[in-house]
Amino acid sequence: MAVNTDVIGKTFPGATYAVGREKIREYAKVVGESNPLHFDVDSARAAGYDDVVAPPMFAVVYSLAAVWPVLFDEEIGIDFARMVHGGQEFAWGPLVVAGDEITTTVSVKDVYERAGNGFFLFETVSRNGRDEAVSTGLWTNIVRAA
Amino acid sequence: MQVGDEIEPLRVIPDKYLTVRYAGASGDFNPIHIDEEFARDVGLPGKILHGLYTMAQVARAHTDAGGGPHSLKRLSVQFRGMGVPESELTVTGTVSDVRDDGITVVDCGCEQDGKRIIRAGEAHLRP
Repeated sequence: MAVNTDVIGKTFPGATYAVGREKIREYAKVVGESNPLHFDVDSARAAGYDDVVAPPMFAVVYSLAAVWPVLFDEEIGIDFARMVHGGQEFAWGPLVVAGDEITTTVSVKDVYERAGNGFFLFETVSRNGRDEAVSTGLWTNIVRAA
Repeated sequence: MQVGDEIEPLRVIPDKYLTVRYAGASGDFNPIHIDEEFARDVGLPGKILHGLYTMAQVARAHTDAGGGPHSLKRLSVQFRGMGVPESELTVTGTVSDVRDDGITVVDCGCEQDGKRIIRAGEAHLRP
């Protein structure tokens, strides 16, 4: 497939996600967490956090609102029906807790074609209200050859 | 932890409706994860697990090993093949380096039915 390399470096406006206590509990339960830091406010406060703590992979929840528009961006031109998630990387800073507002920006890190497949690499940077980077993500999506 | 040590393996069987709950929790409602008929129509064996759910199991094995959510500094994985509900996932990891800055590097992956559905995983744990 032909890929449009002109989009490398393209950035998208940030999306802000308000982290709720019940959302953290819901996510933590679904992925099988049992650490009370994710469920119990008193345990979290006793450990020095302001509220229940999001598991690191909760980064998916607050980042996705920013990533979706990129997957459907016409200039990038991903054929969503042929897309598979090839790889994922996150690096984490301070932990996210309930009550945080996280703003995520996305940029196109790289676009290339290999063996007929299109590779699309997106970088997300997520910051809390104190402007600390709580996570950076590298999302590799592969669009399989038609 | 020392080079060559293995983290405690994590085993979990995602139930039949796990993908629906994960879709709700994460916001990823791609029908290949929640609609059996749709998944078959696009050539899949049936509903498949979200790769990021499986990655969350890899993350959980490491936060358990590292003593809490603060311990995970970095995790990178490659997704291969597809995970399916109602079959056991096994996450394993082996310490490959303990760096001078105190970071423990773990080579990790996740297997299901003898297939490595997450490979080339690398986790960095804070002391």
